[in-house]
Amino acid sequence: MSRDDTHADAVPIVRLDRVNKHFGQLHVLKDIVIEIQPGEVVVVIGASGSGKSTLIRCINGLEEFQAGHIEVDGNELLPDGKSGRALQRIRTEVGMVFQQFNLFPHLSVLDNVTLAPMKVRGWSRADATETAYRLLERVGIADQADKYPSQLSGGQQQRVALARALAMEPRLMLFDEPTSALDPEMIGEVLDAMRELAREGMTMVIVTHEMGFAREVADRVVFIDRGEIVEQAAPDTLFDSPQHERTQSFLSRVLKH
Amino acid sequence: MDVTFQFDWEAAFASIPFLLKGIPYTLLISFGGLAIGFLIGILFGLLRISPLVWLRVPAIAYIEIFRGTPVLVQVLFIFYGLPQLLGGPINALVAGIAAIAVNSGAYISEIVRGGVQSIERGQREASLSLGLSRVQSFRYIIWPQAFRRMIPPLGNQGIISIKDTSLFSVIGVGELVRQGQVYIATTFNALEVYLMVALLYLAITLSLSFALRLLERKGLVGQ
Ligand SMILES: Nc1ncnc2c1ncn2[C@@H]1O[C@H](COP(=O)(O)OP(=O)(O)O)[C@@H](O)[C@H]1O
Ligand SMILES: [Mg+2]
Repeated sequence: MSRDDTHADAVPIVRLDRVNKHFGQLHVLKDIVIEIQPGEVVVVIGASGSGKSTLIRCINGLEEFQAGHIEVDGNELLPDGKSGRALQRIRTEVGMVFQQFNLFPHLSVLDNVTLAPMKVRGWSRADATETAYRLLERVGIADQADKYPSQLSGGQQQRVALARALAMEPRLMLFDEPTSALDPEMIGEVLDAMRELAREGMTMVIVTHEMGFAREVADRVVFIDRGEIVEQAAPDTLFDSPQHERTQSFLSRVLKH
Repeated sequence: MDVTFQFDWEAAFASIPFLLKGIPYTLLISFGGLAIGFLIGILFGLLRISPLVWLRVPAIAYIEIFRGTPVLVQVLFIFYGLPQLLGGPINALVAGIAAIAVNSGAYISEIVRGGVQSIERGQREASLSLGLSRVQSFRYIIWPQAFRRMIPPLGNQGIISIKDTSLFSVIGVGELVRQGQVYIATTFNALEVYLMVALLYLAITLSLSFALRLLERKGLVGQ
């Protein structure tokens, strides 16, 4: 049973309405319509180059789009980067975890986590530090707080990146293939941290190729192909009885091994 | 003919006190010019990578003009040429500092541009995604990393500019070379004196190299 029903009449926290995005001649997102409810975990799947990254990067304005509109927690993003202050507000409320971690190499783990709360939210160093330790504790790396990112393993770095994003107390978290750059033995520790976050009720949009994880934590799986949302459903429905031929062929390719 | 020329150590050492009087000028022109050149470099280096054409084009023009013309011509232009425009003489020291400033500024602009552009796109994206403004992202994330990468090429430029000041003897500033020339005019010990002049330049540039190496090593912590 999908958790969707429980959210059915809530106000969506994210709403994309006929969003279109071009890179030059390339039509990367085609009339994307999607609504995400607070507390929902949405996993986006699709072949490489299908537009998954572009889609979630539009939600926090890292990519501009050319037509349609995006609303995040009551703030509206307009086409062609004309969003003004709404963009800043959205980024303050939306956290993101990247495939390549993108930790700040010149700052210690602790400073990576405290920087934004202090500079953006205006917290005192003491408050930011306390929150940082609590979050680092939660992802199991409080003992590494004084190290620099380059001294950590990939899995540890990605957990720091998660703590850094959570320190801003986001209302929504975006994940762009958070485990794709990790050695296999480190994937589990990152997925565990994400699983816990989902359990606590965080709204999450996750691009991943970890189908087992998707089936387990997603409320809804969205399949995107060549810039179009082809099909979306609860994980069991989508994985076990995909309706569209394109979904079937994609799943048969990725689930084979 | 007596071919055994004796290197006159005594004369060499005797010239040192007189030569040392040139060092403050050499240092003032180089480091004063470089300090201003650094500010110019930051400004024009950033304009150079602006998405706005009308900011980028003047920066490119400035960089090309001052990299593409000799620093000697630049100082002659400033010292002899500009007064005809301004209607009054320019102090030789000021002219020297100005020449180093505009000349090193052009090179440093390119160093700044290269440093900033070398920072992975993900750094900017991560900082923006945390809600930092573009200015904060630059100040706290991009610039500190870019600056570390700029230290070696900045050191290079520093050494080049220090040596460039030797050309400014032509406008009569009492820097190292000028002091040497004046001294030789009365004692005729060209060999000894120019060797001492060379060694004094070497002492300055080696100190700078050494200081930069320390700075770099310190900067490596945490990378
Ligand atoms: N900055 C860019 N400039 C031009 N084309 C891009 C850019 N970023 C992505 N693309 C193209 O857009 C398409 C979708 O990319 P992306 O969203 O990264 O796909 P995915 O994340 O699903 O692999 C791909 O064809 C990709 O080559
Ligand atoms: Mg991608």
